Amino acid sequence: MKIGVVTFPGTLDDRDAARAVRIAGAEVVPLWHADANLHKVDAVVLPGGFSYGDYLRCGAIAAQAPVTQAIVKAADGGLPVLGICNGFQVLVESHLLPGGLIRNENQHFICRDQRLRVENVDTAWTNQFELNQEIIIPLKNGEGGYIADAETLKRLEGDGLVAFRYLDVNPNGSMNDIAGLRNERGNVVGLMPHPEHAVEAGFGPDKAGTMRSGIDGLKFFESVLKAVVNA
Amino acid sequence: MPKIIVEIMPKADLLDPQGKAVLNALHRQGYGKIQNVRIGKRIEIHLTAEPTAEDMEGAREIAESFLSNGVIEDVVNIHVEA
Repeated sequence: MKIGVVTFPGTLDDRDAARAVRIAGAEVVPLWHADANLHKVDAVVLPGGFSYGDYLRCGAIAAQAPVTQAIVKAADGGLPVLGICNGFQVLVESHLLPGGLIRNENQHFICRDQRLRVENVDTAWTNQFELNQEIIIPLKNGEGGYIADAETLKRLEGDGLVAFRYLDVNPNGSMNDIAGLRNERGNVVGLMPHPEHAVEAGFGPDKAGTMRSGIDGLKFFESVLKAVVNA
Repeated sequence: MPKIIVEIMPKADLLDPQGKAVLNALHRQGYGKIQNVRIGKRIEIHLTAEPTAEDMEGAREIAESFLSNGVIEDVVNIHVEA
């Protein structure tokens, strides 16, 4: 099984995303922003960072990159795509997911271990979670406030397209506490927090009684393995 | 050189953190009469020749599909400057 991890100029978390893919048991295929060839990967991760320096708007220029255009086309055909943080912004700017992300309400860059509720498990990236399972993965962003018009929000809620919701605190002013979304088909998932930073004991968020042992993020990558095998 | 100027503002009902931070700073400097500040973008598109009606239509398309994001921003003005 081959999972592509995209690198744009300014991407930061491609190495961690690749490591997460390997730990989950898949082969990593590095995908370069200027190369529209997806090299027959079975799924794609758009990692976090500051692609193109966040110029124009976060993710806006990356959405026009040759690799992204190829990913959008493949996603329409069912290819599983996970957008993390800046990757989520790219998905929104490429219209694979609706709405937009704006600067955090409190105007601060936020870095914390964030509790989330998994609200939908019928996707390529969440099928190994229990419905309503509570997980903790790191959150680190400056522009993570999710917004959409009233009609879109109603559709997201009505059709069960909210994949993750913030618990305890809403860190960035996101509407309806939305941390992540899925598309109708369930192959595309985007979220602001970082599952790839919580895949290996010793390097993840603190758990009750044990430091840095949180590996809740691993299930994202195990889910896609399962989804691809079953496809 | 003729230029097409595209002006983009964050939507009126959305939080504009940049504008808010500048407003706070101006209030600290004693400009208490200022009620609000909002910050947008001015983008200059430089051309080699005077833009045609078709060019202006193209500029509108670029402005709405790429230079701005309709979910969070409005294109408030497109005009030509010499």
